[in-house]
Amino acid sequence: MLGFIIQRLLQAGLVMLVMSALVFVGVFAIGNPIDVIISPDATQDIRARAIAAYGLDRPIWEQYAGFLGRLLQGDLGRSFVFNMNVTDLIFSRLPATLELTLVAVLGATFIGVPLGIYAGYRPDSPVSKGIMAVSVLGFSVPTFWIGLLLILTFAVWLGWLPAGSRGPTVEVFGVGWSFLTPEGWKHLLLPALNLSLFKFAMMVRLSRAGTREIMLTDTVRFARAAGLSEWTILRHHVLKLISIPIVTVFGLEFGSTLAFAVVTETIFSWPGVGKLIIDSINSLDRPVMVAYLILVAALFVTINLLVDLTYALLDPRLRRKGA
Amino acid sequence: MTPTDTTLTSQDPVTLPAPEAAPAPVPPPVSPLRAFWAEYRESWIAVIALAVVVLVVLAALLAPWITPQDPYDIANLSLMDARRPPGYVGAEGYTHWLGTDANGRDLLSAILYGLRISLQMGLVAGLVALSVGTTLGLVAAHSGGRIETAIMRIVDLQLSFPAILLALVLVAMLGQGKGQLIAALVAAQYAYFARTAYGAAAAERRKDYVEAAHSVPLSARRIVFRHILPNIMPPLIVVATVQIANSIALEATLSFLGLGLPVTEPSLGMLISNGFQYMMSGRYWISIYPGIALIILIVAINLVGDQIRDQLNPRLKR
Repeated sequence: MLGFIIQRLLQAGLVMLVMSALVFVGVFAIGNPIDVIISPDATQDIRARAIAAYGLDRPIWEQYAGFLGRLLQGDLGRSFVFNMNVTDLIFSRLPATLELTLVAVLGATFIGVPLGIYAGYRPDSPVSKGIMAVSVLGFSVPTFWIGLLLILTFAVWLGWLPAGSRGPTVEVFGVGWSFLTPEGWKHLLLPALNLSLFKFAMMVRLSRAGTREIMLTDTVRFARAAGLSEWTILRHHVLKLISIPIVTVFGLEFGSTLAFAVVTETIFSWPGVGKLIIDSINSLDRPVMVAYLILVAALFVTINLLVDLTYALLDPRLRRKGA
Repeated sequence: MTPTDTTLTSQDPVTLPAPEAAPAPVPPPVSPLRAFWAEYRESWIAVIALAVVVLVVLAALLAPWITPQDPYDIANLSLMDARRPPGYVGAEGYTHWLGTDANGRDLLSAILYGLRISLQMGLVAGLVALSVGTTLGLVAAHSGGRIETAIMRIVDLQLSFPAILLALVLVAMLGQGKGQLIAALVAAQYAYFARTAYGAAAAERRKDYVEAAHSVPLSARRIVFRHILPNIMPPLIVVATVQIANSIALEATLSFLGLGLPVTEPSLGMLISNGFQYMMSGRYWISIYPGIALIILIVAINLVGDQIRDQLNPRLKR
C-alpha cells in the first residue's frame, strides 16, 4: 500500500510539473503583455525598464526556471493589471466562487435526487416525463443561455431580483459572505440557479437510471415479497444503493462546477475567480492566467489522487496490479 | 412457492401457456436497420426531434436561397431599420418576422446564416474528435502495456478536467479563428471518444472472433479497423450525437464570452452576445431568437441521441 501511495504521489507530481510547463509555455504564446501594461506613447526608456522589471526580456526557459523556483516557495508572481500578489488576488476572489458553487451543488443534489428517484420509480407517469424534460433541457441547453433567460425574466420583465453583482457581504473570519443577509440572497439566487441547472439535470439522471435498474433487480422483488412497503424499499434499499455513485459524482462535479462558474460569473458580473480569469485573458494578464490554471490543475490532480487512493483502499485488486 | 413464482405474480397472472398453440409462422428476416427504425418510430418525441434536426440542417444549407436578405451584404442594411421589433415592415417592403438587430439586419436571415456556421463547427469538430479519439482508444486497447497506460492516463486526466475550461484556455492561447477553434473543440472532446472506444474494444478483444482473426493470422491493423471497429460503432454513434450537440453549445458559449470565432464568422453565439447589451432595455428579440434557434437545434440532437442510447442499452430491455 505504501508503495502504491508513493507511486501515485510521484505520478501526481510529474503531472503537475508537465502541466506547469505546458501552461507557462502556452500562456507565453498569447500576445505581448507590454502593449497592455504600458501606454503606447511611453518613451523607449520607460518601455525597456518595464520589460526588465517584469523579466520579459529574458529567454523563456529562464523565465520558466525562475517561475518554477518561485512557485515552490508559494509565490506565483504579481498581476500586471492589479499590481498585487496573484495568490492574494485569487484567494480574495475565491469566497465568492465557493459560495456560489456550494449553494448551486447542494441545491441541485437535494432537489434533483428525490425527483430522479421518483422518475425512476414511475417512469411512465406524466410527472416523471416532465421531470425528465426539464433535465434534458438542463443538460443540453448552454448555461449562458439559461442565464440570459433568467436575467430577462426576473430582472428585466418582473424586476424581482438584481441582474448582477454580489450585493452586500458580511465579514466572518475576515472573509465576506453574502448568504447571511436577505439582500445577499437576492443577489445570490439567480446565479446559483443558473449554475445549478446542469448539476440538477445530472443528479436527476443519475438517480433515475440507478432507481430504474435497481427496481428491476431481485433485491426489490424479494423486499416486496417480504411485505415491505414501497416507501421503505425506496428509502432503505434504493436510496442506499444509488447513493454511492451520487456521492462520487458529487465530489468530482464540485471541481468542474468551479469551471462552469466561469460562464455564470461573467453573465451575472459575479466577482469570483471565474470572472477574474476571463478578464485576465482579455487583458493578457499572464501571471493571473498562469496562477489560475496551475491552481485548477492542482485541484484536479488532488481530486484524482484522492479518488484513486480511495478506490485502492476499497478494492485490493487495484493495489496489486499497481497500474 | 419458489422465488420464480413470486416474480411472476407481479406480471399478468392470466398469461398461462395456451394449450397446443399452432406453430407461429416464421417471420421473414428483418434488416437490422429497419428493425431499429421500427423501434425508433415508437417514440413520437424522438421522431419529432429527428424531423426538427433534418429541417434545421436543410434550412441552414439552403440559407442563401430562402432568406429574405443577405445579412452580410452591407448594401442591404439600413440604419433606419435598426433594432425594430418582430413583425416590423422594413424600408425594402418585406416583413422582419423576428425583428432586426443593431445594424438593421433581418434577424431571421442572420439566424439562418448563423446556423450554417454553428452546424459546420459542431459537425467538423465532432467528427474530427470522433476519428482522433477512436483511433487513440483502439490503439490503447490493442497495444496494451506501456502505450495503453500512457494513453489512458492522459485521457482519464483530461476527462476529469472540464471541457469548457480546456477549450477556453486553448482558444486564449491559439488565438481566434475557425481552425483554432476547431482544434480547441477537438482537444476538449476527443477524450470521450477515446474512453468509449477503449472500453468497448477492451471487451471485444477477448472474444472468439478476434482470437480467430489473430490465428489466421491477419495483420493487427486489419483486425483493429476491419473487425473490432464495426463492432464498437453503436456506443460511438451515441457519443458522437451527444458530442456534436456539445460542440455546438461549447462554440456558442465561447463566442458568447468573446473568445470564439472572429467577428467575420457570426455564429449563433455571437448573435446572442451582440444582443445581450440591448436586453436590459427590453429589446429582447436580438438575443432571444438566435438563442431559441440554438436551443431547438441542441435539444433536438440530444433527444435523438437519447433515443438511440435507450435502444442500444440492453439493461433497459426486460
